[in-house]
Amino acid sequence: MTSILTNLFDGVAYGMLLFVLACGLAVTLGLMNFVNLAHGAFAMAGGYVCAIMVNRVGWPFFAALPLAFVASAMIGALLERTLYQHLYARSHLDQVLFSIGLVFMTVATVDYIMGSSRIFIKLPDVLQGQFDIFGVGIGRYRLMIIAICGLLTVGLQLVLSKTRFGSRLRAAVDDPRAASGLGINVPQVFAFTFAFGCGLAGLGGALSAEILGLDPYFPLKFMIYFLIVVTVGGSSSITGPFLASLLLGIGDVAGKYYVPKLGPFVIYTIMIVILIWRPNGLFGRTATR
Amino acid sequence: MFVRNKTLTLAASAAFAAAALASGAARAEDVFKIGLIVPMTGGQASTGKQIDNAIKLYMQQNGDTVAGKKIQVILKDDAALPDNTKRLAQELIVNDKVNVIAGFGVTPAAFAAAPLATQGKIPEVVMAAGTSIITEKSPYIVRTSFTLPQSSTIIGDWAVKNGIKKVATLTSDYAPGNDALASFKERFTAGGGEIVEEVKVPLANPDFAPFLQRMKDSKPDAMFVFVPAGQGGNFMKQYAERGLDKSGIKVIGPGDVTDDDLLNDMGDAVLGAVTAHIYSAAHPSAKNKEFVAAYKKAYNSRPGFMAVGGYDGINLIYEALKKTDGKTDGDSLIAAMKGLAWESPRGPISIDPETRDIVQNVYIRKVEKVDGELYNVEFQTFEAVKDPGKAKK
Repeated sequence: MTSILTNLFDGVAYGMLLFVLACGLAVTLGLMNFVNLAHGAFAMAGGYVCAIMVNRVGWPFFAALPLAFVASAMIGALLERTLYQHLYARSHLDQVLFSIGLVFMTVATVDYIMGSSRIFIKLPDVLQGQFDIFGVGIGRYRLMIIAICGLLTVGLQLVLSKTRFGSRLRAAVDDPRAASGLGINVPQVFAFTFAFGCGLAGLGGALSAEILGLDPYFPLKFMIYFLIVVTVGGSSSITGPFLASLLLGIGDVAGKYYVPKLGPFVIYTIMIVILIWRPNGLFGRTATR
Repeated sequence: MFVRNKTLTLAASAAFAAAALASGAARAEDVFKIGLIVPMTGGQASTGKQIDNAIKLYMQQNGDTVAGKKIQVILKDDAALPDNTKRLAQELIVNDKVNVIAGFGVTPAAFAAAPLATQGKIPEVVMAAGTSIITEKSPYIVRTSFTLPQSSTIIGDWAVKNGIKKVATLTSDYAPGNDALASFKERFTAGGGEIVEEVKVPLANPDFAPFLQRMKDSKPDAMFVFVPAGQGGNFMKQYAERGLDKSGIKVIGPGDVTDDDLLNDMGDAVLGAVTAHIYSAAHPSAKNKEFVAAYKKAYNSRPGFMAVGGYDGINLIYEALKKTDGKTDGDSLIAAMKGLAWESPRGPISIDPETRDIVQNVYIRKVEKVDGELYNVEFQTFEAVKDPGKAKK
């Protein structure tokens, strides 16, 4: 019984992590209709920024996390203005080729500068180890992930549904022409959203170094996971990707625990079943545009 | 990475050209070329770097002329991808006309080059890959690393004798992992031990958590672990995070999980892990102390078993060339290599004339703190172990 709960806990933590990593992609792919396979590169950038600040400069871990967000967001904003915006109107194939090229360049660059071995971020003692609540093993680090990601999710949902910016974004996505006719600066809204998504990925990258491992191949290794989250979750809101991440996280952990021989196949099976059942994802809307 | 390779080759050939001009007499037949194919990028890069470092160190110490031949090493990066290995081996043999190919960071890479070694009658010196069957893939393959059955059978015997009754196993799901598991299981169960849980983890595995939880819940006396060198750090971290160290489940296994290369960064959770392996940087011989000191001085890091595989590999090539007195054809070299014996930093080793595989001591070691650093301290020796994978046949 207790191991079920421990697994559930691990699965939720893993899912939350996937969500923070992938929700930026859900926004660009789902809302802005742009296929950005280089999303993982921004996550990796955040991870490396955090690792350098903590391991070499000596910043405390909790101070380096926001920096990982800011750094990735700035890189994202810069690239959006210089490169990405020219591709919004191009075909999906162009976008895929462009962003996958960007991934390979990033991998080579990071490999050259940082070396190809796996990097760990030195964690404060508070975050290490596990404690027991009624016999259920709770990892401190994973608990922190759940806390941070939970707060972020609630915050994002509120911003998107309750604020003026949220309604502008939704308007810009639904009908860019009408939105700009109403005086909404559509490119600016997109640029800001893109940068924010990259920032979230950066934060996710910094958080995932401990659990998923951080090396120059990160963007390639986890691209599939991000895409699964977005396709399974559907792209009409962030609730979809959120639930999809949780489902995948729990499914993956439970699969590896209960049927270790099939472990890695479980999430793909879940994905295939869901996509057959609902081709637009769990919460997808039928394509209107 | 292509640029780096090209510049290296360019630099090497430029240096060679300069040397040729200077001496005025150096002809192509006076040069002995070694094509070194190792992963210098990608997840296995540390293997390639260690081998490359060790070979450079050896050539600094022993000069670059043997039996009147000038030794030239051509380094190629295959990123541990077998199709790269095959292409590079072909280029080296056909275009560069190398006399020996060497390196091979992973088993599939060694396999990929084997048919080329046979066709070209070029010795293939395997310096890293550890699956038992490799040397049977070509009569021109000689190995200076180790085989996984060598260490896994020994740790199986040791576990039975030291009161470990129930073991859960966690091994990477590819050829060396399966080799390790099979050899351990055979000896351990033959001795009366019981495997309570058997988990194979995918090679590219992001998160050990669920597998470790399963280990913990099966409540074994110890867990047998094989993960390729490089993943050990992540494994030990999660082992500690999950509190397995505190629940008294010991880590045992072949020494890949506590590779010297990463050991010191693993943290105190690794203390007390018992492994069987062929080399420890703490091996108490004069030869090894000298080797470790020279390696540390040159590269500011500790040599691991991959470095020793490279160091012995180049020594094997040097000694064979001395023995043939400068004859460079593959058959003479292989004949010379068979039965060669020498003292390596890891202890006395020799090449089995029957199988062309390495015969060496296997040591049981425990991770302890020495002068504030973590080391595998050897406390028991099994002498001159042949590859049990082949002894069975």
